[in-house]
Amino acid sequence: MSTHAITSQKVNFKVFRFNADEDYLPYYENYEMDVTSEEVVLDILNRIKWDNDGSFSYRRSCRHGICGTCAIKVNGRSTLACKESMTNMIEYFGNELTLEPLSKSRAVKDLIIDKGDFWAKNDAIHPYLVSHIDEHPEMECAVTPEQANALNDADLCIQCGACHYACPVVEVNEEFFGPAAFAKAYRFEADVRDDAHTTRLIELNAENQGVWDCVKCMECAEVCPKDVDPIAKITSLHNMLFSEGVAKSNVATRHAVGFKHSIARNGVLDEGGMVLYSEGLGVVKHLPLALKMFRKGKIVPPWAITKSDNLDEIQKLVKSSSTVKF
Amino acid sequence: MGKLKYALFTGCTAKQSTPEQMISTMAVADKLGIELVELTEASCCGASHLQDYDDFLSLVLNARNIAYAEKHDLTMVTICNTCQLNTAMTKHRLDNNADLKTRVNEKLLEVGLEYKGTSLVTHFLYAIIDDIGLDKIAEMVVTPLSQFNIAPFYGCHNIRPSELQNETHKTPENPYNPRSLDDLIIACGGQTVDYEEKNKCCGFHVELQAPKTSAILAGKAVAGAMDNNADFIVTPCPLCHLKLDTQTDHLSTAIGREVALPVLHMQQMLGLALGCDSDKLGLQHHVEKVDFI
Repeated sequence: MSTHAITSQKVNFKVFRFNADEDYLPYYENYEMDVTSEEVVLDILNRIKWDNDGSFSYRRSCRHGICGTCAIKVNGRSTLACKESMTNMIEYFGNELTLEPLSKSRAVKDLIIDKGDFWAKNDAIHPYLVSHIDEHPEMECAVTPEQANALNDADLCIQCGACHYACPVVEVNEEFFGPAAFAKAYRFEADVRDDAHTTRLIELNAENQGVWDCVKCMECAEVCPKDVDPIAKITSLHNMLFSEGVAKSNVATRHAVGFKHSIARNGVLDEGGMVLYSEGLGVVKHLPLALKMFRKGKIVPPWAITKSDNLDEIQKLVKSSSTVKF
Repeated sequence: MGKLKYALFTGCTAKQSTPEQMISTMAVADKLGIELVELTEASCCGASHLQDYDDFLSLVLNARNIAYAEKHDLTMVTICNTCQLNTAMTKHRLDNNADLKTRVNEKLLEVGLEYKGTSLVTHFLYAIIDDIGLDKIAEMVVTPLSQFNIAPFYGCHNIRPSELQNETHKTPENPYNPRSLDDLIIACGGQTVDYEEKNKCCGFHVELQAPKTSAILAGKAVAGAMDNNADFIVTPCPLCHLKLDTQTDHLSTAIGREVALPVLHMQQMLGLALGCDSDKLGLQHHVEKVDFI
């Protein structure tokens, strides 16, 4: 039988405290503890409550990484408390750890937040199969392993909110659905039994709330405790918008499509041409900036762009490898 | 150790909207004794947008770029975070999916090329840290930047997703506590500025479709650096540079306070410390004047 020694070290925890009913502002309490290499972050939360202050509040339930209630932020990183080992956290951040709620602005009591916005957005994307069910089926509704694989692990999401509250767009645009809702939408969009297909995609295509406002910061992929990789699902949804004919010609879609045209023409991007192609007449609003950049030698006119060498290869590949029409 | 030699994928901005990045890269490479073979055949990487429209086409074009680095039998070095992510992501997907690699190579064969997976893809920042070393770089500094508080701005596509990014780094980078740029600032003799936004998003990629979101994110970043006493920002990404440097009037309006700081490319900061002539660093191309030298 293999054995390994359990080690222990001192860690200082700076813990966010706030009671929305009583406090005007949040404050931080320090707890110094001996932490063993066997513990997870949730063990620390439990010990703060049981050994130090019974009023300390946080959400927890299954302790097995499946209920999704205990996500918090450790040194700014969204973390599922019951899954994250303290050894990892110390290796990551050292012996000074700050424990905060997923969203400080939504804090209700200590690490407990009002997750209402998360659920509202989850509900808004119709997170269920929309399907005609035969009341007297004569055979099972079979889904092949290949069809099931198309979900690409989107069904592993436990709705902990780690990605949602790590998303910078969610923070500044309250209309934006956010990565968790998109991953959930993809889970049903990719399901062969779902009939809501286009209806749901139209909502996901909408400006301000839909996938086009994603900044591609990769925060969601970084923090997901279940490796759902929401940004990959967002990319797949973008692809579906084109393949299902839902994408309409607007600045966002032309911005994506414009790369293909520019590459076919020059190999490299024609930066000014791209803004013109994407914006159409709206390009006039960029003129003051363009002028400012031109004066600093930051704008190359289309005729002066250095095209890629062996451009014929690129053009041939653009023709033969394109899989989408728009 | 022989002379360091890399295949340079310049990306598009270095040849257009950030010419200062191109010349400062060459100046710094010269000082560090690095030979750069420019991949003049390379196309645009798709800048994280082309794959939203046509994922397969994006893979084929990026694989072609890497194939040219492989032809030289050299590590591919990028100088743009988004080029880095798109290229490294392509490499990762092809190296881990034989079927996809075959399908991509069927296309590349039409133009007489093959993607083998033999070249590493890494950003210039990590190339010099891994292959030259911070101690050696510090020894080469002739003009320490000791009077400056320098705010590192890492840029998303160099640090996330860390599992992918760290495949090529000798020292793993923690995206929530990144060190590379801080360490380079210290090696250059400067003081690093710690601020909340240093590893956050600049908003560049939604500048056209969501200008308000984009400007708020960039505005908060500049404000964070200013509030922590930075003299200037330094970044390895030309897209972050463009977002933070060229339109501070928009950023100020979006966040309701005046913000503006010079934003240097990492090559320019390093060039200053290594004693490159200032005309080889292209500081006159900045919109926010670099007037502290």
